[in-house]
Amino acid sequence: MSLIELNGITKSFGAIHALNGVDLSISPGEAVGLMGDNGAGKSTLMKVIAGNYPPTAGTIKIEGEEVQFSQPVDARNAGIEIVYQDLALCDNLTAGANVFLGREMKKRFGPISMLDYSSMYRRAGELFSELKSETRPRDLVRQMSGGQRQAVAIARTRLSDPKLVLMDEPTAAISVRQVAEVLALIKRLKDTGHAVILVSHRMPDVFEVCDRVAVLRRGTKVADKNIKETSPEEVTGLIIGAIEAA
Amino acid sequence: MTDTIQNGQEKSAQNSNVDHAAIDDSITLRQEVSGFGAVIRTQPFWVFMAILAIGLVMTFVSDAFLTERNMFNITRNFAFFGIMALGMSAVICTAGIDLSVGSLLGLCAITLGLTMQAGWGIEAGFVVCMLTAAIVGLINGILIAYLKMAPFVVTLGMLAMARSIAMVISDNKMIYDFGPDMDLFEWIGGESMLGVPNVVWVLIILTAVFWWVWRYSTWGRWVIAIGGNPQAAKLAGIPVERMIVSVYVVCSMCTGLAAFMFIGYTGSATNGMGVTYELNVIAATVIGGANLMGGVVYALGAPIGAALVELIRNSLLLAGIPALWQQFFVGLFLILAVLLEQIRNRGGK
Repeated sequence: MSLIELNGITKSFGAIHALNGVDLSISPGEAVGLMGDNGAGKSTLMKVIAGNYPPTAGTIKIEGEEVQFSQPVDARNAGIEIVYQDLALCDNLTAGANVFLGREMKKRFGPISMLDYSSMYRRAGELFSELKSETRPRDLVRQMSGGQRQAVAIARTRLSDPKLVLMDEPTAAISVRQVAEVLALIKRLKDTGHAVILVSHRMPDVFEVCDRVAVLRRGTKVADKNIKETSPEEVTGLIIGAIEAA
Repeated sequence: MTDTIQNGQEKSAQNSNVDHAAIDDSITLRQEVSGFGAVIRTQPFWVFMAILAIGLVMTFVSDAFLTERNMFNITRNFAFFGIMALGMSAVICTAGIDLSVGSLLGLCAITLGLTMQAGWGIEAGFVVCMLTAAIVGLINGILIAYLKMAPFVVTLGMLAMARSIAMVISDNKMIYDFGPDMDLFEWIGGESMLGVPNVVWVLIILTAVFWWVWRYSTWGRWVIAIGGNPQAAKLAGIPVERMIVSVYVVCSMCTGLAAFMFIGYTGSATNGMGVTYELNVIAATVIGGANLMGGVVYALGAPIGAALVELIRNSLLLAGIPALWQQFFVGLFLILAVLLEQIRNRGGK
């Protein structure tokens, strides 16, 4: 059974159809690369899955059950974690605080509950070391490099045990070594049975970690192929429209 | 410290069998700046230094400065502003502003005064006073959070409306009879315990509470997060709108509490109380390190900022400089405080 199943997802903004009947299904432990040119509808599809806005038509099923998200928290509660392209971090908080934002660990003294700094920093430290990132949990995000910020955003998804991790351009703004780290993490997510959707412009990244590649063009899915049965050349052709569909 | 980390990286590059966990552990346990280092990088610390410097100069300028009586007066006078500034800090932390606190002080004075004048006890007076504040805060908050109106405009409107309501319900009369509990009421606002004015005790306790809230409560953490990046806070599942409403209610209730103490201290209530206080409160908050762009808050900043404003006033008075200069120096220090923050930020990056 597929972990998540999108059926005929359509999203219109007035007269503009950003998505036109997109079907997509992903199994546990599978990574799907979502590719397409700017304006092809990648971000819109991401935002529909992430619960930022409801689809105009179509259904989303998670493990066979239909779900409806009215806000991002609903998606998170259903086991979908998202790494946003702008990372959605609070610059004025520490890395640890950002990891736990919205689900802080607390300790109780009778009626009073207070933030449990030491546990949160320890857990955040563990998450960063799993990512092999030298991010320090007590540093302010403001002072961090692009790669460290990325690590914070990715570490956040590991806090719960998500079913699906959505990554929007996670390798766009980081160093070569850190790209390798992020890709290694995606592989580790797959090994532990998590599904991953990777939205990326970087062809080599998609071909390295993904099992399938889906191509969107003008709001329609024009291809959904096993990575072994396609080539970067074909995918490029599909993206720009030189190849109609595959 | 940097050396250890670099060594760690080099080693891990040479030898992939190196113990990452151990390196990461040692990295995790380090903080960029130690406790004292962190303190001296904060705005309240430098403003506190300015207070000490002005105090030192004043001991030479005027014999009356360091007297117990003068210290008593200074602390009592700034405590009212300090209490209001604690609430204002929360609002400014969310990148908002509350211009209605001065008018709200006047409105609370009247509702409180009328209740007690009518023969109700001090408990009823207190409840009415705080309820008035809470309602005004709730209206401000709902308009700002849910209708997405600009805080400046909403609270500017409230500044006018609250003052007007105070005038209407007081029939433009002064209230000086506070019913059966008048003595207790005036003792709370005007007298002292252990040589410290009661209102200063309130400020101390409230500052401690806010210090704890900003550091250890989820509410505090979320308010700071909203000030840093409201979209990120929203995506992280924080109920941003509800939080913003609560922030304006907290700010207004701090003003309500200040009003309760202030009326007891002055022994009379008029609808003109608190005119232009919002400017002093905002000045105190900003001098104390709050950033109008949001995301920065210090519990100690509010009383320290308020103390500096009051100290300037008191010092000019004792130094024999005409009172007409007071606002000039308050304004000057406000601008200097913001300038100092800019310079520190540039240095820190």
